[in-house]
Amino acid sequence: MSENDRADELTGAQSLVRSLERMGADVVFGIPGGAILPAYDPLFDSDKVRHILVRHEQGAGHAAEGYAMATGKVGVCMATSGPGATNLVTPIADAHMDSVPIVAITGQVGSAAIGTDAFQEADIRGITMPITKHSYLITKPADIALAIASAFHIAGTGRPGPVLVDITKDALQAKTRFEWPRQLDLPGYRPVSRPHGKQVREAGRLIAESRRPVLYVGGGVVKARAWSELKELAELTGIPVITTLMARGVFPDSHPQNLGMPGMHGTVAAVGALQRSDLLIALGTRFDDRVTGQLSTFAPLAKVIHADIDPAEISKNRVADVPIVGDCKEVISELISLLRPAERRPKIDEWARYLQDLKRRYPTGYDEPEDGSLSPQYVIKRIGEITGPDAYYAAGVGQHQMWASHYLPWELPGRWLNSGGLGTMGYCVPAAMGAKVGQPDKIVWGIDGDGCFQMTNQELATCALEGIPIKIAVINNQSLGMVRQWQTLFYQGRYSNTDLNTHRIPDFSKLAEAMGCVGLRAEEPADVDAVIEKANSINDVPVVVDFLVHKDAMVWPMVAAGTSNDDIKVARDMAPVWDQEEL
Amino acid sequence: MAGTPNTHILSVLVQNKPGVLARISSLIARRGFNIESLAVGPTESPEMSRITLQVNVEDIFLEQIIKQLNKLIEVLKIVELEESAIRRELVLVKVKATAETRGQLIEIIGLFGAKAVDLTAEVITVEATGSPAKLAALLQLFEPYGIRELVQSGLVALGRGNRSLTDRNQRSERLKAVRTG
Repeated sequence: MSENDRADELTGAQSLVRSLERMGADVVFGIPGGAILPAYDPLFDSDKVRHILVRHEQGAGHAAEGYAMATGKVGVCMATSGPGATNLVTPIADAHMDSVPIVAITGQVGSAAIGTDAFQEADIRGITMPITKHSYLITKPADIALAIASAFHIAGTGRPGPVLVDITKDALQAKTRFEWPRQLDLPGYRPVSRPHGKQVREAGRLIAESRRPVLYVGGGVVKARAWSELKELAELTGIPVITTLMARGVFPDSHPQNLGMPGMHGTVAAVGALQRSDLLIALGTRFDDRVTGQLSTFAPLAKVIHADIDPAEISKNRVADVPIVGDCKEVISELISLLRPAERRPKIDEWARYLQDLKRRYPTGYDEPEDGSLSPQYVIKRIGEITGPDAYYAAGVGQHQMWASHYLPWELPGRWLNSGGLGTMGYCVPAAMGAKVGQPDKIVWGIDGDGCFQMTNQELATCALEGIPIKIAVINNQSLGMVRQWQTLFYQGRYSNTDLNTHRIPDFSKLAEAMGCVGLRAEEPADVDAVIEKANSINDVPVVVDFLVHKDAMVWPMVAAGTSNDDIKVARDMAPVWDQEEL
Repeated sequence: MAGTPNTHILSVLVQNKPGVLARISSLIARRGFNIESLAVGPTESPEMSRITLQVNVEDIFLEQIIKQLNKLIEVLKIVELEESAIRRELVLVKVKATAETRGQLIEIIGLFGAKAVDLTAEVITVEATGSPAKLAALLQLFEPYGIRELVQSGLVALGRGNRSLTDRNQRSERLKAVRTG
């Protein structure tokens, strides 16, 4: 630290910008407004922090998430008080559910006006208390640097998550001596990353004794960047691997041991493996209801080893026989060294054969529509095949998200961005924008639905003006497809309010052109490849492709909500044949 | 998730910062934990407050309450107090008292080590501290005379012996300062 830094007389706002620079925040997504205005003045001069002016604060929040997911760094968004701050609530909740490290900086009315229902006043710290990892309300300029340093530390360490820093306007305006904190004052924050040796040894013992083990791998392994360790452990032991929605790509889909995704729309092999397993090795995953189905019938024969950096996840839904608190990278590394001797590895040949057979008999597939119209699964599959695994893919929420999870080429870790926990429609476009800012040299495709796209597509104007050439595929089935699927299956086909009529209203291709993007359209199977190649060849402006697909396609397999995983259907009224042989 | 609910007393040591009580009560409410009483107050150190929580839950939920509370950045330490811990509540109660009953009431007050703190022609105001069971017994005795008004504090509790919660905090889990980059 230089003497200069310590002695500098700055405004709170200057102190904020300098703190962001110190934390290495090279991008901030945001929109100015009254209370945050003082911060935007020094931000204008910063050559280290690039501010990207979005069109809606929700876009800023999801973009910060996309940036964080694509870079592994902490994403930053900024908004003014009141409505600016409340527009950040959805992305903050999203980041909280999916453990995405972001720092949200909001302006607050002057400290003297707090509590008076002042213009554009909202208690954003109170509002976001249940959906942030931590939050600060800063009323003194001298406290800004420490709050920003602490916020970045909390957001990015342990189980990552969103941290809110709400700063009053007078704190931004007043003068202070800028002093970069030497130490953070966080005596109550001690994330445990090193697993307990005894617990890991116990886990090793259970693995060695198991006959039907499964590696049940979640987003925590992506966050821990433990993909090489996971591959080593899987190949050393031969244990089959299941990757949850949040973990797609952390273990290559082409790997013979990968059984795919578990859960409500999981593969038969993955769901079947969990239900028949005698040992779940759960790594960085949280036994979400979308994975377990009816909890009381989930993996009924299995003992559970549960490793997570967040102790509160362990035994929250399913009681763990061996709880391990720690960072997945360290946990897996220790398991590898324990299981290296040949006699410690489980004997699972029969189990592996059974699952390979299940995988072969029940690949996840789809039927082409008989009328020759375009099928959404085909479109998504071709985007992946033509673009390849080294691109980043973001999705909205619904049918297209599930198909993206099934049919894109998940060979590389950290390439997949989606809203898993909160299920936020509208996540795709701004998250893709954030990912492209973080990975400017990679192709970023957003696979969006026509419903989702209409929630946040205004950020395409941001992308066009800021030089962020993302590609968006609108899988346009003219309806809220997933809800429609449930109406087909559970509401006797009564399509109440799911028909969006987006055949031409809006005309997505014209809408894209209006926002400075290239707008393309494909309506026939024969158009698909050409239009994807055209989109991939355009690298200077964003591209939107309207894929007009048939509306009756459904996501299969499916475990109906609240039912047991044992009742998985591979198509309507079609259950798999399990071959109940004794294992 | 089998198990029968039991009463547990948690002592929660927190940083004395604005909003910390809101964080705790909001967490308890949104996670659906049932709290029987909550008392908060200062400690021997001005930087810390101590919250005493009384919960009646199954062990599996107790574990979740402790883990979720521990996730709060401003929570320093949580200890479940032993059965033998000293538990006290304070009650202030106005009991109807006539010239005839006043003597009986004063006798009860004396037997329970309570204090008469205010007296009018119609009521006697009593201050009593003690374990929840003792106060319940006292109030039961007052009941026939007529209780006009009653206010009761949440439970506060302290473990027996030499050791203190803050000692243990510093000895077994060193308060680590986090180095900045």
